Amino acid sequence: MSKYEPVLLKNVGVEGIRSLKVYRERGGYSAAEKALKNHTPEEIVEIIKASNLRGRGGAGFPAGMKWSFLPPDRKITYLCVNADESEPGTFCNRVLMEQDPHQLLEGIIIAGYATRTTTAYIYMRVEFHEQFHVLQKALDEAYAAGLFGKKLFGTDYQLECHIHRGAGAYVCGEETGLIESLEGKRGWPRIKPPFPAIEGLFRRPTVVNNVETICCVPHIVERGANWFKSIGSESSAGPKLYTISGPVKRPGCYEAPLGISCRDLIFGDEFGQGMIDGRKVKGCIPGGLSVGILTEAELDCKLDFDDVRKYGLLGLGTAGAIVIPHDADIRQVLANVARFYSHESCGQCTQCREGTNWMYKIAMRIALGAGRISDLDLLVEVTRNMGMMPGLSICGLPDGAAYPIRTIVEKFRDEFEQHIRRQEPGRVEHVLKRLNPAVYELPILGQRGPRWVA
Amino acid sequence: MAWQAVDRASPVIDEKAPAILSDAVRDKIRSFLPRYETRRAALLPALHIVQDALGHVSPRAMVEIAEVLEIPPSQVMDTMSFYTHFWDHPKGRKVVVVCRSLSCQVMGSDALLQAVKSELGIDEHGTTKDGQYSLLTEECLAACDHAPCMLINEKMHKCVKPEQVGKILKDARNDQIAYPRSDLFDKPAEGPVATTDLPRTSDVREMKES
Repeated sequence: MSKYEPVLLKNVGVEGIRSLKVYRERGGYSAAEKALKNHTPEEIVEIIKASNLRGRGGAGFPAGMKWSFLPPDRKITYLCVNADESEPGTFCNRVLMEQDPHQLLEGIIIAGYATRTTTAYIYMRVEFHEQFHVLQKALDEAYAAGLFGKKLFGTDYQLECHIHRGAGAYVCGEETGLIESLEGKRGWPRIKPPFPAIEGLFRRPTVVNNVETICCVPHIVERGANWFKSIGSESSAGPKLYTISGPVKRPGCYEAPLGISCRDLIFGDEFGQGMIDGRKVKGCIPGGLSVGILTEAELDCKLDFDDVRKYGLLGLGTAGAIVIPHDADIRQVLANVARFYSHESCGQCTQCREGTNWMYKIAMRIALGAGRISDLDLLVEVTRNMGMMPGLSICGLPDGAAYPIRTIVEKFRDEFEQHIRRQEPGRVEHVLKRLNPAVYELPILGQRGPRWVA
Repeated sequence: MAWQAVDRASPVIDEKAPAILSDAVRDKIRSFLPRYETRRAALLPALHIVQDALGHVSPRAMVEIAEVLEIPPSQVMDTMSFYTHFWDHPKGRKVVVVCRSLSCQVMGSDALLQAVKSELGIDEHGTTKDGQYSLLTEECLAACDHAPCMLINEKMHKCVKPEQVGKILKDARNDQIAYPRSDLFDKPAEGPVATTDLPRTSDVREMKES
């Protein structure tokens, strides 16, 4: 692979890049100026459409298309930037915000102009303390320099931007959940339609985009749609931030054209550089927890929006890879995954609220050494009966729960069966009899267990 | 579990007691109102401000927030009970949050949590007797490249080994980030806050049942 020149991360490591002065010296805000002075909003939308920029938040929906759904006769439009990065294994938004805050702000100006936004909100999760202060300082600086407020770059366009801090809820990363949370309500996703583009925040037309999507916008405006399309593959254009975590030599956030393989990400010299302590790969969750798992044999899967589906995964997700080492107990991995979704389900849809919780109970039982072979079939059956794809839920969280659990069980079924066969006789009865205390006392994954395991 | 109901006992609020939100706090909440189209939208910032100032959001504080925002108190409780970041009973001066996501787990967060527990002598959701520390876990702190990680108030501690826990907890400045704070939110409450009050929320109830 030839040396790839970073786009989104080009300013990382530059001395003082968090200050407006240094960012401007490096050509910052020239794309915003160009966009506002030389183009109409409709032209910008056309450029973004032509660039085939797909949303980086997980679903991969084309951003330009999303913007063009806004009703043309609207008076007030809102732009929500989704910085509620709670997907386990993902931290590229954090890197973008703490390393190069002005890039995001410039993207907001252009995206705001293209959608004729009056107020932009950055919905940031509360655990980002340092990032909040970095971004707030950058925003204050930008306001002081007249980059936000009235008469931007001498045009009639005006834009307000505020940072809104969340309060620790995974489901607020879903776009309508985010909107509800911004309105000061419980972060319950809304039933769609109406889609946010028609009726979103405060019942006005609203665009919700991920931080990384917004950060791509200035570069597209500056260097053109064709340049953007020339990076990556045909259906998945542009640079993408990949993050890798787990027992690799160099965990971190790396930029690459869309479509590198998972094996490259783990073993490549520019990326993870292989495993530590002579550990081997058992599997890899390539795109944030919700997409599902790849086994060691499937690591050649290309990480773009389409190829991952061939391996039974939900999609690219957020491209946050978690490497599972060979010595990790797959039962504990399953229990951890199941606990996450049972903890984060918002509780609106019955099959998600109950389904995730029951899957956690079953996974916990297997992890406690009291599994049954039929439990594996039961888990798969539950995953097939929840989520948006069978058309049963309001948001995609149960799909996100179904894919990892189903792929873990199906792809590592032999290992589960081995564990279950090796269980001491009478273990099932023993655990079932002492259910409540047993779940709590055994030091599996620590903490809160379910009250019953049936 | 955001959807689990908190306990149903109605909170006792002394109507005659003096207001617990200072004028400065009220003004700060009001300064957020022009940002949003509705008054209720300023609720999350308001809860952050009050929790930073008082250490927790008591039922009495919820009523006063409702006054400032001119919304029913039930809406304040409705929103607050959804989010895990707000608590309605006092916690320690420093809140230790250990990440337990999959990335951290494969890098040894179980041992880290165990080390924190034995160092502080408390269980999850507990508070030390001197009111200095509370312990929580979080699903993912988005610092997976530095797994296992833990958060003390605002400061993220990265790649923490179990044997380093004692040293980190003894450091008096272990909760302070180097970056200058924004004026928008206060520092977390100074000095130990009361630990004698009966804890009321569901997370504590789960702990008791264990």
